[in-house]
Amino acid sequence: MRTARAVLRKDLLLELRTLETLPAMILFSITTFVIFHFALNRETIAGQLAAGVLVATLLFAAMLAINRLFVAEREQGGFDAFLLAPVDRTALLVAKAAALFTFLVVLEVIAVPAFALLLLGPSLGPPLGGLVLLLALADVALAVIGTLVSAIAVQTRARDLIGPIIGLPLLIPALIATARGAGPLLARHGAGFPSGRWLAILALYDVVFALLAYAVFDFLLED
Amino acid sequence: MTTYGRGLRGLALATILTTTTALALVFFYAPLDADQGFIQKIFYIHVPLAIMSLCGFVIGALFAIGHLRTGDRRYDMRSYVAIHMSLIFGIAGLLAGSIWAKASWGHWWVWGDPTLVSFLIVLLLFATYQPLRFSIEDPERQARYASVFAIVAGAFVPLNFIAVRLSQGFVHPRVLTLSGGNLPGPMRLTFAVSLLAVALLFATLWKYELAAKNARIQVRRLRRELLGDDAVAPLRRSAAPS
Repeated sequence: MRTARAVLRKDLLLELRTLETLPAMILFSITTFVIFHFALNRETIAGQLAAGVLVATLLFAAMLAINRLFVAEREQGGFDAFLLAPVDRTALLVAKAAALFTFLVVLEVIAVPAFALLLLGPSLGPPLGGLVLLLALADVALAVIGTLVSAIAVQTRARDLIGPIIGLPLLIPALIATARGAGPLLARHGAGFPSGRWLAILALYDVVFALLAYAVFDFLLED
Repeated sequence: MTTYGRGLRGLALATILTTTTALALVFFYAPLDADQGFIQKIFYIHVPLAIMSLCGFVIGALFAIGHLRTGDRRYDMRSYVAIHMSLIFGIAGLLAGSIWAKASWGHWWVWGDPTLVSFLIVLLLFATYQPLRFSIEDPERQARYASVFAIVAGAFVPLNFIAVRLSQGFVHPRVLTLSGGNLPGPMRLTFAVSLLAVALLFATLWKYELAAKNARIQVRRLRRELLGDDAVAPLRRSAAPS
């Protein structure tokens, strides 16, 4: 755990000093909202349409971070250094997933209010608690699968292409659950809390992929 | 020296026999469907293809586990060939399903059918298997990463089916269940024989591709031993294990 905390601290510090990934994700999200405004030709959107726009935007913004997650390790020899150190390799998985999760939370703290301001018709106030829970569960799925996919893609020649084409199909079930769960929350006079079915699917998805990632991650670091 | 083609002839003969029986049953024995008529018979091809394709993906994942556990590259070859065959069977199954959908529902693609949609997502995921392999040059790393991918994607298959099924909200009744609960007897028998035929076809093709790939590797090694390193062209970058 100490190793994981050290790597996480390094990643967050690096992001804080260079500001490479997060501002890009935020700008990307807000630009995408503007694009959706023109593409759909709507002043405001609500319900399932709003949920779809929000979730798709967050998913693609997450792809930016997923593509960059291990780039520093690869380019500056961090993988070799990590392998030389007498530490558990799973620590890198935990640290990177936690870093990605943090990025996503910060992104959502800014992008979701921006979405409410720019596009969303109904007020975000009543369903906020349910939405936070839903997005938190979705972020875990994005963080775990994103870390796994990023670790695979970073060693390939076409890593910017391989990451999304593997990651997006793997994330479709999580996207289904998040979008369908958020749909009623963002409707006019909609539900205050997502249906338990979607929360259960997301939680199941999180647990299964966390275990899978834990089981296979070591093989991605062997050299 | 290993002979990889052992048992291939028997398997091929069994496949021909079962396939002929299955086709004969499909055309002459199975009754016409009351609603859909003749086009329903594509069901005996489409469903076994799709089932074998999904089984092949899972088998590929099991071989991949074997590869990561033992480090034996032969498991990687088996996993690769299983997934390769499954992709071909899957695309054929998807096309057959599309034709069936057009004939019985009037559309080439129907989002309301969870099985079809889940199958497309699985196929989209496994379609990245070859590009992934191709973009990793080091053969040892290629095999290891491909195995990791195959395991994750194999586990994804059932999860994806659960998620997509739930997203449809249980409003669409299953037309044909695997248990054959609402299939009349002659149809069920025909379906079982067709499934067996396609499974045997899968096994034959799997074994055949494996034998061909291994034979090529062996010929290469022999040429190098007999004629020297210069006589053998260097390996090109490839998605297949070598």
